[in-house]
Amino acid sequence: MRNTRNFMIAAVSGLTLWAALPATAQEFITVASTTSTENSGLFGHILPLFQAETGIEVRVVSQGTGQALETGRRGDADVVFVHARAQEEAFVAEGYGVQRLDVMYNDFVIVGPSDDPAGLRNAATAPEAMAAIAGAGASFASRGDDSGTHVAEQTLWALAEIDPAGTWYLSTGSSMGATLNTAAQVPAYALTDRGTWLSFANRGPLEIVFEGDPVLFNPYGIILVNPDRHPHVKAEQALAFIEWITSDTGQEAIASFVVGGEQLFFPNAQ
Amino acid sequence: MDNPFVIAFGLIMQADPALMQIISLSLRVTLSAVVIACAIGLPLGAALALSRFRGKAMVIVIFNALMGLPPVVAGLVVYLLLSRSGPLGGLALLFTPTAMILAQTVLILPIIVSLTRSVVEDLWAEYQEHLLSLGAGRLQAVPTLLWDGRVSLLTGVLAGFGRASAEVGAVLIVGGNIAGHTRTMTTAITLETARGNLGLAVALGLVLLSLTLALNAAAWGAGQWAKGRLG
Repeated sequence: MRNTRNFMIAAVSGLTLWAALPATAQEFITVASTTSTENSGLFGHILPLFQAETGIEVRVVSQGTGQALETGRRGDADVVFVHARAQEEAFVAEGYGVQRLDVMYNDFVIVGPSDDPAGLRNAATAPEAMAAIAGAGASFASRGDDSGTHVAEQTLWALAEIDPAGTWYLSTGSSMGATLNTAAQVPAYALTDRGTWLSFANRGPLEIVFEGDPVLFNPYGIILVNPDRHPHVKAEQALAFIEWITSDTGQEAIASFVVGGEQLFFPNAQ
Repeated sequence: MDNPFVIAFGLIMQADPALMQIISLSLRVTLSAVVIACAIGLPLGAALALSRFRGKAMVIVIFNALMGLPPVVAGLVVYLLLSRSGPLGGLALLFTPTAMILAQTVLILPIIVSLTRSVVEDLWAEYQEHLLSLGAGRLQAVPTLLWDGRVSLLTGVLAGFGRASAEVGAVLIVGGNIAGHTRTMTTAITLETARGNLGLAVALGLVLLSLTLALNAAAWGAGQWAKGRLG
């Protein structure tokens, strides 16, 4: 028995050392962000620039906006970087975040089968486009996961005064990419942010069938998790990141991120 | 969709540094979890086989049932424990490889315990008289029985390795799929699927399968060698 115990002690301490090894030398912060920013490749483009300038590594956990805000509420991230303005403001008002700052925006587009069975290309406004889908009973793939995109979709249904339900309404409960994979197979209409769409490779018969309504504006905000509530938050390094991304350098880095010749995000920090 | 076999071959030939880092992290996490689960599970399973106590049947059934624990549930439990707002939040382990090792250990342990118990119980039934006549107590018989059952136990260990290396639900929740830090083979496959890069996703799956195949072949070879050498 003693041998077993010694072996276990050795194994556990060895493991702790092994696991701790790579994390030592460097300063890092954890940012809870959305799948749209990570999947599009934006972070891969801008974070190396920030790290080269400051030596601070940024570890991004990409989740839906609802989950990312929950991660911030629990104190498991230093910074939250998401896109659902009302929820972000509630997060700050409840004292979980210090202040919300504008960073950038892109817009939502409605994609659908290229033959456009519900005739969205003729719609004048986004709510009208949603009403056309429901009216035709054409398949629509929804995120169904409290993400920023899902919240935006619900706002559009509310504007169209429609309560989406029925066999045509597919709530996938998964990420933007997974939802687009589903939509490409059905095929179904779907609401997506332009960034994810432009960098999405498995489009099948889908193309953009509606875009350009100002109501589809999709702003991203950045928030420092409140160190008064979670004292372990690395406020100094986190603020360095927030200041950088809203500075001219950071804003230019965002503007210079291009996929297939198109700019994905438009900086708008004040 | 691009041909996944071509992509997989290219990835391996180029020894892409990001891919190598992901592979090494996957192996490090899963092998650590297997070692810890064995260090706890082999003695525990043997002790469970040989001991007699009230409620033993219930403990056995619980361990058997936990073999079916969904990875996402194991991940969620470890997440709630390690979260800053959870009981072990002070350790700052969430979104680290250590958290992933812990979650996978929780997943594998029931397999190791249940299989060890079953193997040791059978061996004990066979050798009980012999071992007792040599003056060995029940607990002293544990190392002998584990050694005798090593070939069957190896299958259990491989089953544990397979479950851990294949799962994505637990490591995604407790690791966070952070690039260069907690991204494993399975979470990378999930990410590439979400990006619509299905060819690359399948290619990564092929790389993972090749690794698992190589590891199982090595284990089988070692088993054969041990049989031949030690009778």
